[in-house]
Amino acid sequence: MKYNLISTLLFILFNATYVFSQEVGMADELRENGKIFVVVIVLGLIMAGLFGYLFYLDRRLSKMENKPKK
Amino acid sequence: MKGIFWKLLASLLVLYTVLAGFLFQVPRLPILHETIRNLYFHVPMWWTMIFLFMISFILSLRYLSSGNIQFDVAARESVNIGLLFSFLGIVTGMIWARFTWGDYWTNDVHLNGAAITILTYTAYIILHNSIEDEIKRARFSAVYNIFAFVLMVVFIGILPRMTDSLHPGKGGNPGFNQYDLDSQMRMVFYPAVVGWLMTGYWIYQLKLRVQRLKMKEEE
Repeated sequence: MKYNLISTLLFILFNATYVFSQEVGMADELRENGKIFVVVIVLGLIMAGLFGYLFYLDRRLSKMENKPKK
Repeated sequence: MKGIFWKLLASLLVLYTVLAGFLFQVPRLPILHETIRNLYFHVPMWWTMIFLFMISFILSLRYLSSGNIQFDVAARESVNIGLLFSFLGIVTGMIWARFTWGDYWTNDVHLNGAAITILTYTAYIILHNSIEDEIKRARFSAVYNIFAFVLMVVFIGILPRMTDSLHPGKGGNPGFNQYDLDSQMRMVFYPAVVGWLMTGYWIYQLKLRVQRLKMKEEE
């Protein structure tokens, strides 16, 4: 499953690199050495962290709302 | 937790667009180059803002027809979060403009319209903060909010389409036809919009719940 995902991503990546002509400057080199993955992983982690925090806040709030009145 | 399903969906959609937004193919266009990927991140900010302001508009209408103060509280919070997204939208837009149009700000109708919208809604928050009496505050703010929504529609929905604009999608042609052709971009763009709309709504709900707890405490 994991390897499947990675090979799919790799396929998409290299397609993007080779299909087009070179007229318009794109981040081809960045993709060729594959290290764009690093940035994507970092961004993914940041977003996951932010959403995790939203879930945490949501849970905390639910607890406070359900607390019986003293 | 209530609504865990759509909250999970929202986070997965946004995560997907971050991954796909960087890795999928995009059309090769002069001037834009790779910055075309900003479409996945900059534009959803504005959609979310419009969505939240629309919610606030409806809540204000409901306040005026029912007189229930809770609608006013909710209307204010949704403007708050809408403003957050509008700032994100304008700052990301300015950075994008710097590297494609050559300057952070051009006196373009669409850009000025967006700035006016932000000011209009900032004025709503100021108005809301400045009135002591609860009922007066709610009523004045609700009436102003309806006015503000109409202004927003005029300034970012109508005026930019009536004249020339640098901004894609404006200046006579609604939508973004030049990118529309690319179905691969749609596969990322639409999920991004939906994901961010839900995320914006989620944050607004959280803020509203905090506000409600605060009000309960004060009672």
